[in-house]
Amino acid sequence: MEKNNIIEVRDLVVGYGADTVLENISFDVEEGEIFIVLGGSGCGKSTLLKHLIGLIKPISGRIRIDGDDISDCDEATFKKILRKIGVLYQSAALFGSMTIAENVSLPIKEYTDLSHKSLETLVKMKLKMVNLNGYENHLPSEISGGMRKRAGLARAMALNPKILFFDEPSAGLDPVSSVELDNLIIHLNKSLGTTMVIVTHELQSIFNVAHRVIMLDNKTKGIIAEGNPKYLKDHSDDPFVRNFFNRKSEH
Amino acid sequence: MESFKDLSSCRYEISESNDGEMIIYLEGRIDADNASSLIESFGSLIRDRSPVSLVLDLKKVTYLDDFGALVLVELRDMMADAKGEFNLKNAREEVLFVIDSEAIAESPKLIKIRPPSMFVRFGDAILKYVSDVKYLISFVGSVCLAFTYTFFHPKSLRMDDTFLYMQKTGVDALPIVGMISFLMGLIMAFMSSIQLQMFGANIYVASLVSLAMTRELGPIMTAIIVAGRSGSSFASEIGTMKISEEVDALFTMGFDPTRYLVVPKIMASVFVVPILTLFSDIFAILGGLTVGVFMLDLTANAYILQTLKTLSLFDFFLGIFKSGVFAILISWIGCLRGFRVKGGAASVGQATTSAVVSSIFLIIFFDSLFAVTLRYLK
Ligand SMILES: Nc1ncnc2c1ncn2[C@@H]1O[C@H](COP(=O)(O)OP(=O)(O)OP(=O)(O)O)[C@@H](O)[C@H]1O
Ligand SMILES: [Mg+2]
Repeated sequence: MEKNNIIEVRDLVVGYGADTVLENISFDVEEGEIFIVLGGSGCGKSTLLKHLIGLIKPISGRIRIDGDDISDCDEATFKKILRKIGVLYQSAALFGSMTIAENVSLPIKEYTDLSHKSLETLVKMKLKMVNLNGYENHLPSEISGGMRKRAGLARAMALNPKILFFDEPSAGLDPVSSVELDNLIIHLNKSLGTTMVIVTHELQSIFNVAHRVIMLDNKTKGIIAEGNPKYLKDHSDDPFVRNFFNRKSEH
Repeated sequence: MESFKDLSSCRYEISESNDGEMIIYLEGRIDADNASSLIESFGSLIRDRSPVSLVLDLKKVTYLDDFGALVLVELRDMMADAKGEFNLKNAREEVLFVIDSEAIAESPKLIKIRPPSMFVRFGDAILKYVSDVKYLISFVGSVCLAFTYTFFHPKSLRMDDTFLYMQKTGVDALPIVGMISFLMGLIMAFMSSIQLQMFGANIYVASLVSLAMTRELGPIMTAIIVAGRSGSSFASEIGTMKISEEVDALFTMGFDPTRYLVVPKIMASVFVVPILTLFSDIFAILGGLTVGVFMLDLTANAYILQTLKTLSLFDFFLGIFKSGVFAILISWIGCLRGFRVKGGAASVGQATTSAVVSSIFLIIFFDSLFAVTLRYLK
């Protein structure tokens, strides 16, 4: 089956004010792919992600999400795009005044008209999926950082969006939870065909889950490597890229 | 085949045998968009026909997520309630997994956070009150300690911060304090002149405005404005630092949070609020003067002379002294509320509100204390 590109980025220039962070980058993400963005600290990964989800407008260039241009579209199209994406923020961004279950049910209530009872069952299934069953009635401040992250994931997946964006999902997780999260990502990807765009540093999970990676660099303000991480690890021309995957310092 | 339905991206066909067996053939996607309408239409179907057994054939389902699983779970429960049989045909493994997970039945009922019963709240309120008072006392102590330390180690005072807060609390508040005081003077002169004119005592408007403003209203008005502007901002600033663990970070780096965050704020307030009050007095007298000159046919000269004759140095300094005390109260309670923040964003909002409300209460309370004390001292 011909795969189509669910995200298309062309000649994108992003930055804050007059300072550009990335210049003229282009890449595609295929439907159903697990796509990882990596690079050293401060190279603009979070910035790129914020542009992909339409939080910031690019300086120039084009970003298409499932055929619609997110950088230049009317309100209705933007709403339509937002319905297709889910985001797990770096700090989980759960609403502190609501219980975990309320956090997860918020988007479901807004966009579907399920009865109260069905909603409750669904929320429990979602929380079971991220192993948080039993914590429905806890407040975000009453659970640990890693649990908050999983609750944030449950909320991001609430409507089973076509694309899920993750900003450093495994930061702050113990190795076991981190592997569990990876497995969850793989499972969701396989069973629902969800496209995943992930920003991460975690080498182990990169090798575990990634179908394809791009690597950003703040010196060239562009993409310095693209492809399968297992291949790049040994065969990249760039020693910096090889060192990154092999956890070696340049000096 | 009996009926044939189309529901955005999902179709289904129903076949029903004479002995009450019903088979539903599903086709297409079952997702968030059509789950609720599927549940509804199958639900009414089961209620109407009350089949003995229901079989769902999922062979032609191309996409089924947990919303789809929800449809299956709901149908299973409905059949169980009607004491009927429920079976799936051609279901994929993941689907069975989701449906069978016992966790759904085990996990607690969802609750809405709503206020508990009256007695619980009453008890809670008392406990909270006690812990508030305890903290209040310990906070007084730690502020005193911090000031004592700063007194003996003047270099430890964060001068830059203190100046910044002086600007924010004082200079930035000047326009609004000036404006409000001017209008207050204007209104007071206007209202009193209506009465005093009847006795031909126009000139006493000057006495009334100046005395009332310097002794009472100037300090109080200024303090209330400062409470609204700066008290609230102290509370929300410290509160936000508290929830983002910045206060903890200060502590672990060896700073005393009270000394670092509270002392500059109180210092700055004590310094600038009396000055603001002075300005407030002046603007109010100017307001009164405007009414006096333009409506009561007084000369500016006479008005000012009368003002000076009325005001004693004691009245003036009393007002200034009171405003200094108010400044301490406002910045102290603002910081205290900030440090009491726990949890999330809502808590910061609460702290801000309560900082302003408590400040205003304390201002009025201390003002009445002053009034009573002075009465007995004389
Ligand atoms: N709000 C902002 N205003 C101005 N510049 C910013 C802003 N946010 C980030 N930057 C700059 O943009 C660059 C990229 O930042 P970004 O947060 O995207 O990095 P990152 O790749 O996500 O790093 P990390 O891995 O540490 O999270 C940095 O040089 C940073 O200084
Ligand atoms: Mg980042």
